[in-house]
Amino acid sequence: MSNKAVTATETTPVMTMDEKLAFMSSKKYKPPKRDFKSLMERNRASGGYLLKKNIGNVIFVIVRATLLFGLCFLILQPLLNKLSLSIMSESDLFDSTVVSIPREFTVFNYEMADLLLGYWPALFRTFIVSLAVAILQVASCTFVGYGFARFNFPFKRFWFMCVIMLILVPPQTIMSSLFLHFALFDIFGIFTLIVGKPLNLINSPVPYLMMSATCMGLKNGLYIYMIRQYFRGVPKELEEAAYVDGCGKLKTFFRIMLPDARAIITSCFLFSFVWQWTDSLFTSLFLRSMRLLSSSVSSIPQTLVNYYQNNIGRHAFPSPGLQQQIAATGMLMFIAPLIILYLIAQRGFVESISQSGIKM
Amino acid sequence: MSENPQTQINAGQPKKEKKRNFLSQKYHNLDFQKKNAIAGYLFISPFIIGFLVFMFLPILESLRMVFSEVTMDLENNRYDMVFNGLSNFYYVFQTDPEFNRLLTEELFRMLLSVPAILVFSFFVAMIINQKFKGRSFVRSVFFLPVILSAGVMLGLETNNMLLGEMRSYVQQNNAMTNTITNVLEEILISGGAMDEFLYYVIQVVNEIYGIALTSGMQIIIFLSGLQTISPSMYEASKIEGATAWESFWKITFPMISSLILVNLIYSIIDYFLRSDNTVMEKVTSEIAKMDYGLSSAMAWAYFIIVIIIVGISAGIISRRVYYYE
Repeated sequence: MSNKAVTATETTPVMTMDEKLAFMSSKKYKPPKRDFKSLMERNRASGGYLLKKNIGNVIFVIVRATLLFGLCFLILQPLLNKLSLSIMSESDLFDSTVVSIPREFTVFNYEMADLLLGYWPALFRTFIVSLAVAILQVASCTFVGYGFARFNFPFKRFWFMCVIMLILVPPQTIMSSLFLHFALFDIFGIFTLIVGKPLNLINSPVPYLMMSATCMGLKNGLYIYMIRQYFRGVPKELEEAAYVDGCGKLKTFFRIMLPDARAIITSCFLFSFVWQWTDSLFTSLFLRSMRLLSSSVSSIPQTLVNYYQNNIGRHAFPSPGLQQQIAATGMLMFIAPLIILYLIAQRGFVESISQSGIKM
Repeated sequence: MSENPQTQINAGQPKKEKKRNFLSQKYHNLDFQKKNAIAGYLFISPFIIGFLVFMFLPILESLRMVFSEVTMDLENNRYDMVFNGLSNFYYVFQTDPEFNRLLTEELFRMLLSVPAILVFSFFVAMIINQKFKGRSFVRSVFFLPVILSAGVMLGLETNNMLLGEMRSYVQQNNAMTNTITNVLEEILISGGAMDEFLYYVIQVVNEIYGIALTSGMQIIIFLSGLQTISPSMYEASKIEGATAWESFWKITFPMISSLILVNLIYSIIDYFLRSDNTVMEKVTSEIAKMDYGLSSAMAWAYFIIVIIIVGISAGIISRRVYYYE
């Protein structure tokens, strides 16, 4: 506080809050000066503490800004690098004066990647599959999470241990038996009776949809855990009031609890959508025939080589630079929808998880 | 139409008993706790079904595969398992040319990077929990790795042969004018101050991109924890004269310690699912060769080792975890 302000309060010791505010906004009040001289004065009054603290603060802010800039750049740089690679013509790669801004802009890479990926149909298929899977997973996980959070039933701890196990056991350990399970799919020999042999469900999306509807998809244990955590934080009185007013259990869930949980459900949905979009594990197991983007993107350099050999000549070979460019372009086209989605939903994505407060 | 007079008569009465079938009548007569239990089981029934069919049975099956030789008989649509004891494990650990190497490499990589991920994500969460201009932008950049490291993306980044070749080419040609860390390393070595810990730090700094890429989710978890700490605690400690350093160790760290455990487990589990995990690549390639016994033996060996690591580290950490409430 400056000297003036101190004297002002001393002369009028019994000033109420309203009076103070009126005094502050009147013309008589002069705000304490913020120049260097008064700073030194105040510093002297505080015995050298103020200056030290201010300098410390400034240094801290500068260091923090530098760090944040560096780390942000670290994360964004590969993306930007890919972006500049994708709009470069091939000749720019060998031009040593070109670093990141191309001399000749071109959309050739995009056209090529589009051709090799079959982009739009594949995008459509990937979108449909991811949407269906995400909706099924989140719907079932919400039910289960609510059940664990709000009801007491025998063996609850045991079943929750099973959820933890679902988080812990990597899908690869059960992969081979799942594969056989679905290659020779049969429920109590019913299909053998009707068709004469068990169904082969590999390469059909049905098994994966079944797994999603029963919370066994990718990282579903995590969603159950997060949703349960959220519902545990909601005050019990809300539900009790609904029950007293004669609302049934299901109706309470849909009318009272779900609307509040919109944020956490959205973020689980986004996680599920993103992870399904980029998944290679279940995709390569069950959805190979769908030719989704995630599988075709990872093999795009090879596809380019094949394309050259089929269409230009048996010994034609795309230059490594071009392969690099096409790979970068394909990857950009692959994640572009996700990044758009992320930018739209970014707020809810992050804040809702922060609110729910994950705890052990 | 025949019901019409009936409803007209009932209209005058205060409440009409609903018609119930046998089951719902039985449910209606139960007490609150039992109703709750039934409702709870109905709510989690998708999980129970899924767990039994798609988790429990396959686990049993793959455990059986571990100890037997699986032969496919595609013509008759069946497969046979012949019990052969531990010979799958003998093969995996003693005969297979690369499994041991891959396993130790992968475990060491995990042991190196998990602490780094924890420290990095904690640090970043601390920073982006503060108030400054452009915070929402910085936050969205730091959470971008949740997308960038998901699924195939990581594999695309690291499996790119060409990029790797280019990088090694650049490194060979720039052997003299090296990166800052290398120069620092040389100075430290020549100064004789190079101990194990410093070496580790330098290694981490060199791989900072990979670490930043894999710690998106961990940052979110830590941030959520930081936001649940009530500001009045800091206020009280400030009034009592605690410095920022003290209030970090006395308030922030204990309050967040349970999340360190969560993040540790999450990071280790996340390592399984990474698409650049070479052990898991090996397992999938064995599945593609239809060597189901071997592939399950490998996956189980890896899983059990990792679970032991999780158990030990969780045991050590959970003793120090402070639970507020």
